[in-house]
Amino acid sequence: MTSDEPRTIRAKFCGTLGRFKLDASFEVPATGVTALFGPSGCGKSTILRCISGLQHLPGSFCAIDGDIWQDQTVFRQPYQRPIGYVFQEASLFQHLSVRRNLLYGAPRGAVPLDAGSAPFDEVIDLLGLAPLLDRSPHHLSGGERQRAAIGRALLSQPKLLLMDEPLSALDRLTKDEILPFLERLHQRLSLPVIYVSHDMTEIERLADHLVLMQSGAVLAAGPLSALQSDTTLPLAAGRDAAVNFDAKVEAYDAAYGILALQVDGGRLLVPAAPVTVGELRRLRVAASDVSLARESPIASTMLNALPARIVSKSLVEASEVLVVLALGSNGGGARLLARVTRRSWDLLQLCEGMNIFAQIKGVALAPARSVSEHGSI
Amino acid sequence: MGGLSGEIWQPVRLTIELAAITTVILLIVGTPIAWWLARSKAWWKEGVASIVALPLVLPPTVLGFYLLVVLGPDGPGGLFASLWGGRTIAFTFQGLVIGSVLYSMPFVVQPIRNSFAAIGDRPLEVAATLRASPRRAFWTVAIPLARPGFLAGAVLGFAHTVGEFGIVLMIGGNVPGKTKVLSVAIFDYVETSQWREANILAGGMAVFAFVVILTMTLIEKRVARINA
Repeated sequence: MTSDEPRTIRAKFCGTLGRFKLDASFEVPATGVTALFGPSGCGKSTILRCISGLQHLPGSFCAIDGDIWQDQTVFRQPYQRPIGYVFQEASLFQHLSVRRNLLYGAPRGAVPLDAGSAPFDEVIDLLGLAPLLDRSPHHLSGGERQRAAIGRALLSQPKLLLMDEPLSALDRLTKDEILPFLERLHQRLSLPVIYVSHDMTEIERLADHLVLMQSGAVLAAGPLSALQSDTTLPLAAGRDAAVNFDAKVEAYDAAYGILALQVDGGRLLVPAAPVTVGELRRLRVAASDVSLARESPIASTMLNALPARIVSKSLVEASEVLVVLALGSNGGGARLLARVTRRSWDLLQLCEGMNIFAQIKGVALAPARSVSEHGSI
Repeated sequence: MGGLSGEIWQPVRLTIELAAITTVILLIVGTPIAWWLARSKAWWKEGVASIVALPLVLPPTVLGFYLLVVLGPDGPGGLFASLWGGRTIAFTFQGLVIGSVLYSMPFVVQPIRNSFAAIGDRPLEVAATLRASPRRAFWTVAIPLARPGFLAGAVLGFAHTVGEFGIVLMIGGNVPGKTKVLSVAIFDYVETSQWREANILAGGMAVFAFVVILTMTLIEKRVARINA
């Protein structure tokens, strides 16, 4: 059943569940992290349940790497699909120790995956589970439980990891405890992940691709930064609109503690702790942190003023405009968003297609190493 | 005490045997029924549940009467018995087992059904996403998680079978060593004014009932502690 479309997830789910109508189809690469994002009740979790086979909507279609899991004639039961599923609540088996929970889904065939084997140790190490192995799920904190549940899903050796708001049942502190684990996971494993969330900050740190959903339908699907800078979508118009991109560490100035990062069409300076040159880091530039100048600022405390070209402008509020910029004087680089007042736009006589300088007040660097090699597609 | 104690202990042994066999059969037969009642979405499942629960409400003599009709020489039971040269299943130990299974069914099915239902869908969904077939999920997840229900069902089923009287009288009669169980023996001793023997057996039953209730309470407390 393998066709010539490797590394893609193709899904089309339609049907009604009670009063809810789902009609969603998308196609995303089966690499890196794909986030399903949208308000509560828009059908993201239902899509995840459909992909896993826990929900059966007849007349739908689902294929991973050309392998058909559901179509008109085929419906593979959940236990026949090579998936890992992390639920909102950890859902560990209460009658088993953490170790036996972890091994429950581990392959038991010719080469059994056992405690002490290399893949086991790797997952234990990745998620910091060693001290928990002999404990009962009753005696774990919320964060520890969720880490064990993620480990259990990984040890079943899935070809696709499905995560249904794995952090939303946790408090802020516990979330911050788990996020670095997820980032490490993303970086170290080449496992494709579909990650459901309604929290944009999680998505900005983890996702490579985005499927934007609204009331049972797909609004848009594509690379994260492309959707972030698309002014026809609701993301760009929001107060906290931002663009994320992956940058390569070019140099580190130890005397000033400044990191030089190479992005498509420019170079950004960011104060940061030392890191290895050549590493990929994820950046976040908020639209409200970018201002525009007609000429290169000569004397300024601002670290970053990059040549860029105005791609488009749209009105977001009576007094403000949202400007899409492309870095580089030829306008071929990474996209940025800038939110400026309409007054400044008119005073500076800015217009689409004009070359200007983008002054970036703040560049947020993801706290941990967060971007994998396959993250920059 | 020689002869006397032999006569007294025979119904005790028979009762324990009957209750043990009945409990084992009920655990085997009742588990799939309880599973189906807990998981099925069929609209008519509550009808089945009501039939299972009938002995809770029905006078044992009513159930006994119908069993007598069915198991007796003129019913299907008689036909069945003729296969091995018997005339009837009524008034035999096998007949008592059948009657006890029906009579004690709700006391076993109900607690097991409740604990299956209490597990919810999630653990079984988790098992499915971990490549466990429905069969494996049932044995490794549903059964262990429903253990308190099995324990309660077994204790209640056993205790109820020990205490049954009406049905036994209707379909079992009073054949020593075959169908003369404890409750009938007590009745017999009272009828024949053997108060000392009746006292021993009745007192033993009272102690037994106390131990059963205490055990159940302790099981429930333990379950509550585990789930806390």
